Amino acid sequence: MVEFTLPKNSRVTEGKVWPAPQGAQNVREYRIYRWNPDDGKNPRIDTYSVNVDDCGPMVLDGLLWIKNNIDPTLTFRRSCREGICGSCAMNIDGENTLACTKDMHETKGPVKIYPLPHQPVAKDLVPDLTNFFAQHALIQPFLQTETPPPEKEWKQSREDREKLDGLYECILCACCSTACPEYWWNPDRYLGPAALLHAYRWVIDSRDEATGERLDALEDPFRLFRCVTILNCSKACPKSLNPAKAIAELKKLMVERQKI
Amino acid sequence: MAKNGSGNGKAPSINGRAYPLNDHTYDVVVVGAGGAGLRAVVGCSRAGLRTACLTKVFPTRSHTVAAQGGISAALGNMGPDDWRWHMYDTVKGADWLGDQDAIEYLCRNAPAAVYELEHWGVPFSRTEEGKIYQRPFGGMTTDYGKGIAQRTCAAADRTGHAMLHTLYGASVKHSAEFYVEYFVIDLIMDDEGRCRGVVAINLDDGTIHRFRAQMTILATGGYGRVYYSCTGAHTQTGDGNGIVLRAGLPVQDLEFIQFHPTGIYGAGCLITEGSRGEGGYLVNSEGERFMERYAPSAKDLASRDVVSRAMTVEIREGRGVGKNKDHIFLHLDHLDPKVLAERLPGISESAKIFSGVDVTKEPIPVLPTVHYNMGGVPTNYHAEALTKKEGDPDRVVPGLMAVGEAACVSVHGANRLGSNSLIDIVVFGRAAADRCAAVLEPNGSQPELPANAGDKALARLDKFRNANGGTPTAELRLRMQKVMQANCAVFRTGEILSEGVRLIDEVAASAADVKVTDRSLIWNTDLIETLEFDNLIAQAVVAMNAANNRTESRGAHAREDYPNRDDQNWMKHTLAWLDSDGRKVTIDYRPVHTYTLTNEVPYIEPKARVY
Repeated sequence: MVEFTLPKNSRVTEGKVWPAPQGAQNVREYRIYRWNPDDGKNPRIDTYSVNVDDCGPMVLDGLLWIKNNIDPTLTFRRSCREGICGSCAMNIDGENTLACTKDMHETKGPVKIYPLPHQPVAKDLVPDLTNFFAQHALIQPFLQTETPPPEKEWKQSREDREKLDGLYECILCACCSTACPEYWWNPDRYLGPAALLHAYRWVIDSRDEATGERLDALEDPFRLFRCVTILNCSKACPKSLNPAKAIAELKKLMVERQKI
Repeated sequence: MAKNGSGNGKAPSINGRAYPLNDHTYDVVVVGAGGAGLRAVVGCSRAGLRTACLTKVFPTRSHTVAAQGGISAALGNMGPDDWRWHMYDTVKGADWLGDQDAIEYLCRNAPAAVYELEHWGVPFSRTEEGKIYQRPFGGMTTDYGKGIAQRTCAAADRTGHAMLHTLYGASVKHSAEFYVEYFVIDLIMDDEGRCRGVVAINLDDGTIHRFRAQMTILATGGYGRVYYSCTGAHTQTGDGNGIVLRAGLPVQDLEFIQFHPTGIYGAGCLITEGSRGEGGYLVNSEGERFMERYAPSAKDLASRDVVSRAMTVEIREGRGVGKNKDHIFLHLDHLDPKVLAERLPGISESAKIFSGVDVTKEPIPVLPTVHYNMGGVPTNYHAEALTKKEGDPDRVVPGLMAVGEAACVSVHGANRLGSNSLIDIVVFGRAAADRCAAVLEPNGSQPELPANAGDKALARLDKFRNANGGTPTAELRLRMQKVMQANCAVFRTGEILSEGVRLIDEVAASAADVKVTDRSLIWNTDLIETLEFDNLIAQAVVAMNAANNRTESRGAHAREDYPNRDDQNWMKHTLAWLDSDGRKVTIDYRPVHTYTLTNEVPYIEPKARVY
């Protein structure tokens, strides 16, 4: 039976309103999803006041300021703080993006932060991405060749190398896949935009010799073809990549090889 | 199979509380999943060794991902090159503190390591002939300093990202076993001084795991986060060094801390040296290309320590730019926008995001920023951890290895050349795996762990989990970072360093008053940050003491009261031990290896280091 409302224990309640820091001239309100697996309580929204004069401009700076100055229990992933590691992907003001490259002053009103949607939550803003990473592994993200490797490098023309631009830069942050309604509904069967972008990255690599097998692995009603071109993925990507285009290219290749 | 390897055991009880232990047995346990860790994992897995990789972040989150400019290897794709020239440059860059046997091993094996990465799929940029593109980098020369070499292999300015993702793919291919988001608390050492494995906590469910292994490989990275401003990730806390110090083993050369010339002013994010390799240059407030004065021959492509010092002098003498005259401009706006888009797209984006600069039109505000730790766990070129014992300065610690920034092989000596770290991680990651394959038996029998193995680690975990003092971890960490920033900077003096020793000791002492607020076990990042701080402060104390102790200037260690290199007294590695209360440092020395690995290249005699 389809459930149209959240189960009772998943309904988000109003949480604690933390007092504003004393003497702060400029504060910014952060409203943050909290859930602790230990206490058996429903998720809640806590409200914090961030002293923006004492903190960097990015949303991540605000989160770190809260953790360091107000509430050390606030839990989120972070690492490189420069948009390359993909740790701090979360839903900010309704959009999936990286907290470290999202300027808090680009948002209006309170900064509203939730974990990436439709993933199991481990705690607060930490989603469980096991399924997402398993799908990336499934597309075999490594070069496959039959020809014995040369003594030096495989040759690749600049034009062929250029085909990888816009693909190899993916940081596996999961912003795209977790923004995709088809992925929300079929996370176990549809591979999602990130894994498919990677699939295309290896298919289109002039050095790779497993194109047929790679496409065979996508010949399935769900894995690739569940994509119905909603384009949320390309809108969400914080690295300005275009997974929807990669998926379209894969679909084209699938059709083209039917002709032969 | 011995008993320890089978299923859950009963935990020793600590403070009346039990942490159930999950036992595992492997041939090799690798701690860390950056480039060095993953290369070791792939090599060990391929050799048929049962290998586990424990990592506190998902592998592609490791900080190798942020390396930009490239990976050095004398491929000769852009002109004549020779691994001996690369070796000469590395020895000179290291200001003669590097071990030349290890440097020979590095440079000689570099081309094969890069071809291997390419065969695994790294999307290197290409030349017109379809070969790997190579760019100029600081300190990289041809013919023993005569010309500028193009030796640094690049995938645009995202080389580390391309490498890390490819290495992760290779480990997927070899079905490596990962324990992701496991934080290693401590080594398990037996009474004979052999490392028998590690104890770790699984962040996801708070369970404690005891890993028994024939070999433990630390690939835990650097400790940039002892400073207030660094290019490194928040997770760059040098946990391996902290773990080794607590095991009663020494770390080496921690006083040598590299400042990268071009961290973005304010944010600290990295702008690759490759930007100067592609033709970028630094100017002061008078619009002068001042590097011409400091390094007439190499100019903006002098070694990083040289450029960082020059920038600091310019700022100090009032020629800094900006409202407070406290930084320098990096110009890329004269370069062809097409070159910027093709070869430097990543830093163009970073400059836009973090300083609001359009690199095609305006200069980037930059400042020397803490970037790399030359020091770490002392190892030989097989990656085996070393200690000094019974007069033997090269005594192997059985069961323990270290690779990457966590290690001090020492190929970088007193100063690392740009693009030598990416080659370091793959060459020595592979060396570690080769050594494991040579000396370990797959599925070899291992003696039972002592019943109390891991008790100390659990006691430590429990102590911090229930720490109820008056000072939050974040406050202690900030104090430490401010002290390091002020007292252990680009230029150092005895006066400032001895004050630093006193101040950092005060921080170490006040750590007894630490307060942890989160008492949970699942994803308790307050607790993890506290364990990380405990590792950081140990390294800060050692680095400050070692810097105060070394009365000469060499590479990244610039003492204004001792401005010259002193080969007579100081051509030796600092070894430092920390006593169990984390405050008293004991210093001894290891001789620098003044010999090479083979007769194909002679020992390079020390001489003045001029760029």
